[in-house]
Amino acid sequence: MVILTVAFLNGFVIMSIELLGGRVLAPYFGSSVHVWGSIIAVFMLSLSLGYLWGGRLSLRRPGPRTFGAFFVLAALLCLPIIFLADAVMTAIFVAVEDPRYGSLLTAMLLYFLPICVMGMVSPYSVRLLVSSQEHSGGVAGMLYFVSTLGSALGTLGTSFYFVLWFDINTVMWGCVAALLLCAAVVLGTCRSPSLPETEHSAAIPEVSP
Amino acid sequence: MKSTALMSAAIVMALLFAMSMTQTHAQREIIHEERSQYRDVVVTEFNDQRCMLFNVHRGDMNQTCIDLRDPKRLVFNYTKMSFAGLLINPDPKRILVAGLGGGTIPMAMRDLFPDASIDVLEVDQAVVTVAEEFFGFREDEAMAAHVVDARVFIKRAGLRDEQYDYIVLDAFSGEYIPEHLLSKEFLEEVRAILTPDGVVVANTFSSSRLYDYESVTYQAVFGEFYNFKLPGSGNRLILATKNELPSPGSLRSPARELYDALEPYGVNLMEYPPRLTTRPDWDTSTRILTDQYSPANLLN
Repeated sequence: MVILTVAFLNGFVIMSIELLGGRVLAPYFGSSVHVWGSIIAVFMLSLSLGYLWGGRLSLRRPGPRTFGAFFVLAALLCLPIIFLADAVMTAIFVAVEDPRYGSLLTAMLLYFLPICVMGMVSPYSVRLLVSSQEHSGGVAGMLYFVSTLGSALGTLGTSFYFVLWFDINTVMWGCVAALLLCAAVVLGTCRSPSLPETEHSAAIPEVSP
Repeated sequence: MKSTALMSAAIVMALLFAMSMTQTHAQREIIHEERSQYRDVVVTEFNDQRCMLFNVHRGDMNQTCIDLRDPKRLVFNYTKMSFAGLLINPDPKRILVAGLGGGTIPMAMRDLFPDASIDVLEVDQAVVTVAEEFFGFREDEAMAAHVVDARVFIKRAGLRDEQYDYIVLDAFSGEYIPEHLLSKEFLEEVRAILTPDGVVVANTFSSSRLYDYESVTYQAVFGEFYNFKLPGSGNRLILATKNELPSPGSLRSPARELYDALEPYGVNLMEYPPRLTTRPDWDTSTRILTDQYSPANLLN
């Protein structure tokens, strides 16, 4: 339950940040179709590599400590979006004339690392939840379900309401807070018996990749 | 009994609707469709008027129309109204127009001020193509159309210390609002490239909640500005300057001097000065739009 909840929040935060990304970049690169192309491409690339590396990491001694660390790391990596975005974009705006490549470079610098780490959450969650090979498909399906549902709601909530109620950076702080909350919940329940799967699954011999 | 009556009423309504639809189709002849990265651009002709439309399927309004019998004469009120800036700066040398449409504003400016240099900003190449092919828009050595986001061009112009003395902001098509062109920071960038005697003419939202938001945002950047509406027209234009606004009395002599030159375009400059007011008719406690807070599409 804990893992499904944090996977849901993780999905929510990813899409919230993506939606805000368009607004972060627009003052420097416009809101033309290229800018959205850059942002979506970078998010997809970050997630794909995150899935790959998260899956690899889950092969060696998977446990809730590493899992919790993902969220702390993701939260920290979101801070440059709040504090450094303007400086980064000013520099890139001056250096790169073409807004297509300017926006692509900016999106890489600001979003690659945090979104990559958030991508690592999904395969790692599967590893922590799977207790037997025959259940693995069901577990993975459930995980995709909650995290993608979170993404859908993160997209809607941000585009319909959050941008109307709050500044961009306020929503970003909300995302950081949500990620830290996930970390606290994961690490807090790590020694309690509410996460018996982890002890159990850690004992399972490695499945060949 | 009642349901039969309702049913027949519904059928009659549906028939009427279908008839009105076929009628509009008969009226409007589509003469060209240009594929676009954004929204396909459609050119229609009816009653000797040729119009450029976006999103024709949703019954969107005309973006620009020209009168084929008298191409000089401007068709839309807001296009005519955008020449009110000449009351403040009657002899512009460097003109910037954000939003091309059919190119009627820059072409009229080109005719009126042959020595002025004109930069036109348009994010959509398809609009430039259609303006050239169907609306007589022509670039020349002193008039260039740049396919670029207005925010990007203006920010870069600021970095190069370029200045314009007549800036027309007309980049809103009504369907989707580019929110980064409505924020305090954007208007500060516009103000930065304005000469001390220059004027900004902005075609803005006159109805909807955005009226208040937009008004306070312009106020925050330019201070007092002239609010310009004409009776019978749904448009509101904002005329703003870098420094203090010229007095209402000083607008009359440029109106008299330019009246004859503008008459062929259907612009009656003499009726404009009394319509300019600095009196706020919006809610001044409204929140200012910034890059951090710009939900213009949700407010529209």
